[in-house]
Amino acid sequence: MSFNIFKINEDLKEFMPPEIVDLEEKATWGNPKRGVMDLPYSKELLEEHSLCAGCPESAAFRYILASLPNPEETIIVNSTGCTSLVFPHIALHTVHSLFGNQNAIASGIKRVLEWRFPDKVKDVIVLAGDGATVDIGLDCTLQSFFRQEKITTICFDNEVYANTGGQESGLTVKGHVFKMAPKGKQWDKVPIWQIAIDSGCHYVARLTVSSPKKVEKVIKQAIYVAREVGPTYVHLYTPCILEIGLNSDDGLEEMRRTDKERFKFFEYMTDEAKEVIQRKKEEGLI
Amino acid sequence: MAKLGPSSYSPYPVAMYESILNPPPGKALMYDEIVDEEIAMREAAKAMLTRDNPTIFPGPQVLYEWNEEAKEKARLVRRIADTLGAKIIPMYDYRPKYPKIDPEKEINPNHPNLTIWHNNIKACIFVGVHCHYANVALKIIRAETDCFTIALCGNAGHEDAMITLRDQHTEELEKFIRVIEEVKRELGR
Repeated sequence: MSFNIFKINEDLKEFMPPEIVDLEEKATWGNPKRGVMDLPYSKELLEEHSLCAGCPESAAFRYILASLPNPEETIIVNSTGCTSLVFPHIALHTVHSLFGNQNAIASGIKRVLEWRFPDKVKDVIVLAGDGATVDIGLDCTLQSFFRQEKITTICFDNEVYANTGGQESGLTVKGHVFKMAPKGKQWDKVPIWQIAIDSGCHYVARLTVSSPKKVEKVIKQAIYVAREVGPTYVHLYTPCILEIGLNSDDGLEEMRRTDKERFKFFEYMTDEAKEVIQRKKEEGLI
Repeated sequence: MAKLGPSSYSPYPVAMYESILNPPPGKALMYDEIVDEEIAMREAAKAMLTRDNPTIFPGPQVLYEWNEEAKEKARLVRRIADTLGAKIIPMYDYRPKYPKIDPEKEINPNHPNLTIWHNNIKACIFVGVHCHYANVALKIIRAETDCFTIALCGNAGHEDAMITLRDQHTEELEKFIRVIEEVKRELGR
């Protein structure tokens, strides 16, 4: 894929809707220094979303898509969940996998792309919710870490199965009560970021999406490390305001509150990852 | 509604339902009959010139500048539309679009009938739409609307269209323009 695919034939341009013309004229293709600061001035790769009003996941999507260093050569693999409702609106190649299989699919795609396009840099990113990453897909997630697949895994943790009515997930906090978990969760939240470290990830970060620039930095670091070294894992807290009973404009406050608690910024990197990040910083790419 | 063609409202592929197959190279398919390309072109031009709200639905293969041929085809599609006096509504994205599409500005292969109903289109041309999505869309249109469908296909054709012209490249599109001009003269336009 190349960003040239968005080049519209002049003879038919006037019939194309403005949002598609903008993808050619105002999107930030071919610029590895693109980032969240471009958001107010450039065409976003996410035209609109089908999530609830004020959903922090939609903010996470915008920041991540704005931070991809190589969007024209990026493939996103997703899985069932709230996130999967957004993918039809994204101007990138995305693959919807069977629930929980996302890391296995991404591994295959990455390997084939490396074989098919040895002279090109192709980034494969998994974007899935907590149910897909930690419950139903834990096997595939960890196996891809064990195999040292060069993919970036991003988990949108809303601590609940949100779009099916509020069942507890492995990442629900102990004691949390949801509509379909009336007694409250009996067990602790799975420390997946720690498991990712133990399973061989070279870069792991845990944060909320309250700070766009921090999200950009983490995403870029994770992608650059995955490109050269091995698997990376980013854990983002994107609370389900609907299931925890907040208003549409409360999402940011909720994330800021948890920034100081259980989602305090946490980052881990191996020596090889540090070297890559340092080099990219010197090149001005992070 | 859904009265056109031998398979009319059947939502099944005509190949399965009516044993209609794509035309051999150099020929065209009109309903369930294999005819000469020129005859099919004349009928296609006549349908587009005489039915209400004729519209061309260009797909990504002509909308985007993939290569020189795509560029040239886009120019010719534009000329066809101008010669026919037809509207152009692009099919630029195959993904289902929710919560709704704007049927005045786009057509989506997963629910093409919405655009046809909304604009009251009685004749249309598919050009530059990838085969599998053209097949899906043409079946839905045949089953759900009374729109006369014409497929200008670069490959083997689409048996689900009322008129199928296969192997349509720049030379053939230029020929189609000449045929349209002739038919126009015959119709006194």
